[in-house]
Amino acid sequence: MGSAIQDTKKDKAFKALVLLFLTAALLIVLYPLIYIISASISNPSAVNTGEMWLFPKEITLEGYKLIFQNDDIWRGYLNTILYTVLGTVINLGVTIPAAYALSRKDLAGRNLLMGMFVLTMFFSGGLIPTYLVVKSLGLIDTIWAMVLPNAAAVWNIVIARVFFQTSIPKGLEEAAIIDGASNFKLFTKIILPLSAPIIAVMALFYGVGHWNSYFNALIYLSDKEMYPLQLVLREILVLQEMASQNTNMTGSMAEAMHSKQQLAAIVKYGVMIVSSLPVIIVYPFLQRYFVKGVLIGSLKG
Amino acid sequence: MGTANSPLREEEMQAYPVEGEAFSKSNKINKPKKHRKNRKILQNWQLYIFVLPAFLYFFIFHYIPMYGVQIAFKNFIPTLGIWGSEWVGFEHFTRFFESYYFWDLIKNTLGISIYELIVGFPLPIILALALNEAKDGLYKRTVQTVTYAPHFISVVVMAGMIIAFLSPATGIINHAIQLLGFEPIAFLSDPAWFKTVYVLSGVWQSTGWGTIIYLAALSSVDPQHHEAAIVDGASRFQRIWHINIPAIVPTMIILLIMNVGNIMAMGFEKILLLQNPLNLESSNVIATFVYQAGLLDAQYSFAAAVGLFNAVINAILLVTVNQIARKTSETSLW
Repeated sequence: MGSAIQDTKKDKAFKALVLLFLTAALLIVLYPLIYIISASISNPSAVNTGEMWLFPKEITLEGYKLIFQNDDIWRGYLNTILYTVLGTVINLGVTIPAAYALSRKDLAGRNLLMGMFVLTMFFSGGLIPTYLVVKSLGLIDTIWAMVLPNAAAVWNIVIARVFFQTSIPKGLEEAAIIDGASNFKLFTKIILPLSAPIIAVMALFYGVGHWNSYFNALIYLSDKEMYPLQLVLREILVLQEMASQNTNMTGSMAEAMHSKQQLAAIVKYGVMIVSSLPVIIVYPFLQRYFVKGVLIGSLKG
Repeated sequence: MGTANSPLREEEMQAYPVEGEAFSKSNKINKPKKHRKNRKILQNWQLYIFVLPAFLYFFIFHYIPMYGVQIAFKNFIPTLGIWGSEWVGFEHFTRFFESYYFWDLIKNTLGISIYELIVGFPLPIILALALNEAKDGLYKRTVQTVTYAPHFISVVVMAGMIIAFLSPATGIINHAIQLLGFEPIAFLSDPAWFKTVYVLSGVWQSTGWGTIIYLAALSSVDPQHHEAAIVDGASRFQRIWHINIPAIVPTMIILLIMNVGNIMAMGFEKILLLQNPLNLESSNVIATFVYQAGLLDAQYSFAAAVGLFNAVINAILLVTVNQIARKTSETSLW
C-alpha cells in the first residue's frame, strides 16, 4: 500500500517498528512450540536441567517408544477418532439441512425458528439442569453422551445459513421448483453438490471441537474404557503433574511412571505432539477454510 | 441477529408479486394471504423436516434445561423428579449469598474476566493493524499461520504446557528466571500468580486468531482514502489513526459487547485444569464452584441456584452494555 510516493524518514522508522513488532509476536508464539518438539526427542536430564532450551540435545526416541507402548493412549486415540467421526457426521446432518431450510425465504416461520436457536447462545439452563436432562435420557456412560448434547452449534448454523443465502443462485431453486422437483430432490441433487466449501468448513469446525473437548467426557463418562484422548492426557499432563508438585493425588498412570521419573518429562512433551498431530498436519493446508468460516460468520455478526 | 424487519417485508412482497408494495402493506390480514400462507407451509413441508433434527436438539438440550432451572427454587430429589420436588423459594440463593466464600467467588470471577478483557482485548487489534501495514508476502503469511496455530491446541494440552513450563524445578521459565539470578517462582501454587498465568497463556493462545475478524474489516477500507491522505502528506501513523482505526470501531464495539456479555462465563475449562488446593484462594470462580457443588457433591438444587445467579448477572451486563453502545454509537448487537 502507498509505495507510489517515497516514504519519509519517519515512515521508514514506523515501518521498521511494525516489522519488529510482528517478529516479536512470531517468536513468542513459535518458541514454546519448537521447545515442545525439541524436548520430546531430547535426553530427559538435559530437558529437566534446562540445558536443552532450543534445539534437541542427544536425540532419543525413548519417550515416543513409551507412548506407543501405552494402552491407555491407544484406547483414548481410538475412542476420540470414533467420537469425532460419529459426532461430526451428526453435526453435519443436523446443521446443513436446517441451515438450508432456514435460508429459504419461502419458509414460513423461519425467523421464529432462527430466533429460538439464537436465544440459546445467550440464555441457557446451565450446567446442572443440562446434566440432569442427559442423565434422565439414560445417556450417561454411553457414546451418545459424547455426540448428542452438542449435536449442533448455533453459530455454525448461522454461518452455513449465510453461505446458502449468498452463494446459491436463487434462479436455480426457482427453476427446479417450476420443473416440479420436490424440496428433497432439489436439496440432494442441486444444493448439496454446490455446498462442498461450507460442508468442509463445518466439518473442520465441528471436527476440531470434538477432537479437543474434554469437559463433556469428564462429566458424562465414568468408565475409563470409554475415555477419549483428552481425558487420558489430563491424567498424564495435569493430575500426575499436580500430584508430584503437591501431595497424595495418584492415578494408575502416575504410579507406573514414577519409576521412570526421568523419562516422564519427555513423555509429557511427546504426548502433547502425538495428541495434536492430526490437527497439526491438517491445519496448514486448511487454514484458508477456517479463516473463511470465521469471515462468513463476521458478515452476520 | 438484529435483522428483524427487512426479511419479513421481502416475504410479503414475494407473496404479492403483482399487486405491489402498497397493497401488501395496507392489507395485513386478508383472506388470500392466509390462504397463500397455508399453501406455502403445505408446499414446503419437506423443509420443515430439514429443520426438525435441529429443532429437536435445541428443544431437548437447551429448552428442557431452561424448564429444569426451576430446581434452583426447589429441593430437588431425583426420585421425586423436577415437578414432584418441594418448593423452597429463595432458600438456596440466601444460603449462597450468606456463605463465607460468596465474595471470594465474585472477586475471582470478576477479577479474572476484567484482567483478561483489559489485556486480551486490545492485543488482537494492535496485531491486526500491524499485519495490515506489512506487505503481502511470505513473511506476513508466515506470521499469520504461526500466530493462528495455538488456537487449535486443546485446553488440556494448553494446561499441560503451562504446568510443564512453569514447574519450579524443571520448567524452562524458571530456568530462565534462575539464569537471570532470581529465585524460582512456584507460579501454580502461589495464589498471587494464578490470574496472570491464566490471562497471559490465553493471550498466547488466542491473539493471532482474534486478528482475523479485524483484518477482514481493515481489508474493506477504500484505498482511495489512503491515496488522498498520502497526497495530503499524512504519515503512516496518521493514516492508521484517522482511517484504519475508525474503520474497525464497529467491529470493536460488537466484540466488546460480546466479551462483556461473557464476563461471568470465562474459559472455566482451563481454570478447572489449573486449579489445585494451593491456588484455590484465587482460582475458585463461580463456574468451577457450580461444577464442584453440583456434580461432585451432588447438591443439584444449590448448584443450579448459583448457576442461575451467574446467568442472570451475565444477562444484565449484556443488556446494559448493549444499551450503552446503542446510545453512544450507532453500533449494537440488537
